[in-house]
Amino acid sequence: MEHVIEARGLAKSFPGAEAVRGVDLTVGAGEIVGFLGPNGAGKTTTLRMLTTLLRPTAGTATVAGRDLTTDPAGVRRRIGYVAQGGSTNPACTALRELLLQARLYRVPDPRARSRELLERFGLTDREIGTLSGGQKRRLDIALGIVHTPALIFLDEPTTGLDPQSRAEVWRHIRRLRDEHGTTVFLTTHYLDEADALCDRVSIIDRGRVIGEGTPDDLKRKLSGDIVTVEFDGDSADARTALAELSAVRNVQVSGGTLRITVAHGDGILLDLTRALDAGGVEPRAIRLTRPTLDDVFLALTARETAHAA
Amino acid sequence: MPRDIWLIFCHQLRLTMGSKAGLVFGMLQPVLNLVLFGPLLSTYIGPGSWQVFVPGVLMQLALFSAGLAGFGIVFDARFGVLERQRVTPVSRVALLLGRVFTNVVVLLGQSALVVAVGLAFGLRVPVAGLVIGVALLIPLAVSLAALSYAFALALRRQEMFAPMASTAIVPMLLLSGALLPMSAAPGWLDAISRATPFRYVVDGLRAAFAGHYASGTLAAGLVVSLGFAVVAVTAGTRTFIRRHA
Repeated sequence: MEHVIEARGLAKSFPGAEAVRGVDLTVGAGEIVGFLGPNGAGKTTTLRMLTTLLRPTAGTATVAGRDLTTDPAGVRRRIGYVAQGGSTNPACTALRELLLQARLYRVPDPRARSRELLERFGLTDREIGTLSGGQKRRLDIALGIVHTPALIFLDEPTTGLDPQSRAEVWRHIRRLRDEHGTTVFLTTHYLDEADALCDRVSIIDRGRVIGEGTPDDLKRKLSGDIVTVEFDGDSADARTALAELSAVRNVQVSGGTLRITVAHGDGILLDLTRALDAGGVEPRAIRLTRPTLDDVFLALTARETAHAA
Repeated sequence: MPRDIWLIFCHQLRLTMGSKAGLVFGMLQPVLNLVLFGPLLSTYIGPGSWQVFVPGVLMQLALFSAGLAGFGIVFDARFGVLERQRVTPVSRVALLLGRVFTNVVVLLGQSALVVAVGLAFGLRVPVAGLVIGVALLIPLAVSLAALSYAFALALRRQEMFAPMASTAIVPMLLLSGALLPMSAAPGWLDAISRATPFRYVVDGLRAAFAGHYASGTLAAGLVVSLGFAVVAVTAGTRTFIRRHA
């Protein structure tokens, strides 16, 4: 597969702080890749390096076929970037901003292209200050793709939007890839967003990538499935009974509830019930849940904290 | 690059012209200045006071209109407009100069209005003097706007731009001799005044308005105005590029 982003050891330190400490990334053509992490993890700094807005202090990267450090202008011509806090002047009209952007990129017919984008993103040519949050965000995205770049960077595209606007923005992001073949690299701290949109995610915490893969892979690999058991009996007995099962990774007890992490939920339920029964613990209700990316995220960051300590 | 400068210029100018309130106040301020202070001067200085006073008002305009231009880029930075433009292939110099030229055009518009009102009050100025005046004002406006943008971008706390810039501008206005001619100043004040470029430009403007085309004062004004522009634009673009690799 052709790589649209290939970064090795990308790092940025500011006086007195290491914001990003050596990030490796590989993004293939036509992928939607999520860059996931809590606030302050280094997501935006990494994105600003990849979009030529910040010069890396170490590392190399090829972005859209151009070298980031030796040919930033070449990178700029080939990428689109939608910043986190918006990108428009509230006193300007939607069409004016699009026209300027199209002309700066030397789009062949700026007026036709701008009108086409207004329509595609369900916008009317109004003063930007009068647009809703969702409309503004869609305009930001339209501005980012005015020159039909092969790669678009979206920095927290749905932060601060209501659920409906969020779904609408998601729909547009999917269309970018599905109908136009655009590669999408987005940052988010919403795990459900990564789950819903992304083919792959990279998880960053404290300036370092701590996990990477498809959302399903990560969930399977890192947290397994979770079986919740409500029981009558002694919790120490329950622990002893479960310790026999090799599939059980972790057991948490709170009150009359067991929270059991298992490698694979499928087929384990019967073994669990038998083991508990044999140990003198009577299960009242058993529930199997698949983990969310939240669980993955917590598992990973907890592990990092343990390593650091 | 000229095309990018032109694109940014047209866009910014359209935004400025689109703000009705901005236009009204931009025109009202210099006119009020002229109307409320000018007549006083004619009492003190007598006939010919308008030839002295109008160049001073033009300097004041330049300092406040172009000198506070950076305020606009504070908002562009906050709204993310500047960052969006910086990710385009457009040269950083075009991003700066496109904006600077908008400020120059706005200043020339305001200046035309001031001169028109001045003429109504009794200003007498030869056409050649006006043309030379414009030639003095353009590089001055370029310098002030470029420095103003550079300063705004270099500030860590951009909300401090307005108080800091006006604190710098008011002493420059007083030292330039725009309000009252520096010829009446004590020696030390006159010396400080001569250390600022604005003094020479005001004196040059007054010489031009008085029709003293062959004077050294006018020549000095032109040289200083142009030299200042070269220095300011260099400093401005450097800051713009350094702040925004």
